[in-house]
Amino acid sequence: MALRVSIVGASGYVGGELLRLLLSHPEVEIAQVTSGRNAGKYIHSVHPNLRSGAGGRAPIQFVHPDKLEACDLLFLALPHGEAAKNIEKYAQLAPRIIDCSADFRLKDPDLYRRWYGEEHPNPAWLERFVYGLPEVTREQLRGANYASGVGCNATATNLALLPLVKAGLVDTSRPIVVEVKVGSSEGGAGASESSHHPERSGAVRSFAPVGHRHTAEVQQITQLENVHLSITSVELVRGALATAHVFANRPISEKDLWAAYRPFAKEQPFVRIVKERTGIYRFPEPKILAGSNYADIGFALDEASGRIVSICAIDNLMKGAAGSAVQCLNLMCGFEERTALEFTGLHPI
Amino acid sequence: MNVTCPECSAEFDIPADTMTGEIVSCPECGAELEVVDLDPPTLALAPEVEEDWGE
Repeated sequence: MALRVSIVGASGYVGGELLRLLLSHPEVEIAQVTSGRNAGKYIHSVHPNLRSGAGGRAPIQFVHPDKLEACDLLFLALPHGEAAKNIEKYAQLAPRIIDCSADFRLKDPDLYRRWYGEEHPNPAWLERFVYGLPEVTREQLRGANYASGVGCNATATNLALLPLVKAGLVDTSRPIVVEVKVGSSEGGAGASESSHHPERSGAVRSFAPVGHRHTAEVQQITQLENVHLSITSVELVRGALATAHVFANRPISEKDLWAAYRPFAKEQPFVRIVKERTGIYRFPEPKILAGSNYADIGFALDEASGRIVSICAIDNLMKGAAGSAVQCLNLMCGFEERTALEFTGLHPI
Repeated sequence: MNVTCPECSAEFDIPADTMTGEIVSCPECGAELEVVDLDPPTLALAPEVEEDWGE
């Protein structure tokens, strides 16, 4: 029997990506998709790529959140803070929940207060959620009932840093600085003056040179304290590219880095090493990952200084949000981890 | 024949009838490699034509 899944807040970009993935998931049946603003409308009025064709599935309509019914698994794709305020209500409707917001990502309420500037509205629930990055918490996710989403910038950064952390190559006495270049879809489906086309088009905008909240997730996952993120929005719709500058704690060669990255990637169905000597795409490139759940990682070494440049490219809406969330669903429900996620992206695009 | 990439240390197989001087590609790092010996099978980085890569 198919798993009956509902999506709360399905009119946003993450909700749309969840729908796209789940509509082709062989083990899943979409029960309800909610949107307060779009109740009664067909999903293709908001997500035009999801229009059904002749002989295909019946068109799906948004329902009002007040009409949400019990199901097997709930995805929450709500604005910041909404999931935490109403988690008891949602837990009564479904035995399994995957929350795509930042509400349950951090384990430490003090860390939440420091980075989000307020008390967590429901700290007792923080421990019940498994951080939803299968590359780190795969075994905890198997059979879990509650998983958090992941921050897109945090995910690109974590996957750039983790091979070095696991191999014990990081000089933790020196700052680790990560520049993340991101696409406009990170800003969500809502418009603002700053996203107005004449203002946004062609801009290379430093929108969080310091103080980005995803730093907390990076510290939590890598256990690195001295890590600093700068986020720059660039001329992309989808995509995030993290470039991490790390100093090695001992003299190393590029072969040592291959020995660090290779075992990490070999354990991960959606992590690939991209480091080529020739060709156009010598290092990870987010453009060719649009729509894909893959994270491409690569590296370069300046042997003279010991500076390692570790690079990770993802689609922020996929590996950085909906793709990882569906990967969590697969693990939580005992499905093959790759199910509905093997799209490789497009080239050329 | 099992060989080791001199660039990234990846191990991979090349056909048994490979001859000295043939060029093979490493499946992991993409390096172009010349078979410089068969006993034992040994690879070396092949000379490359430099590309204009933003220099």
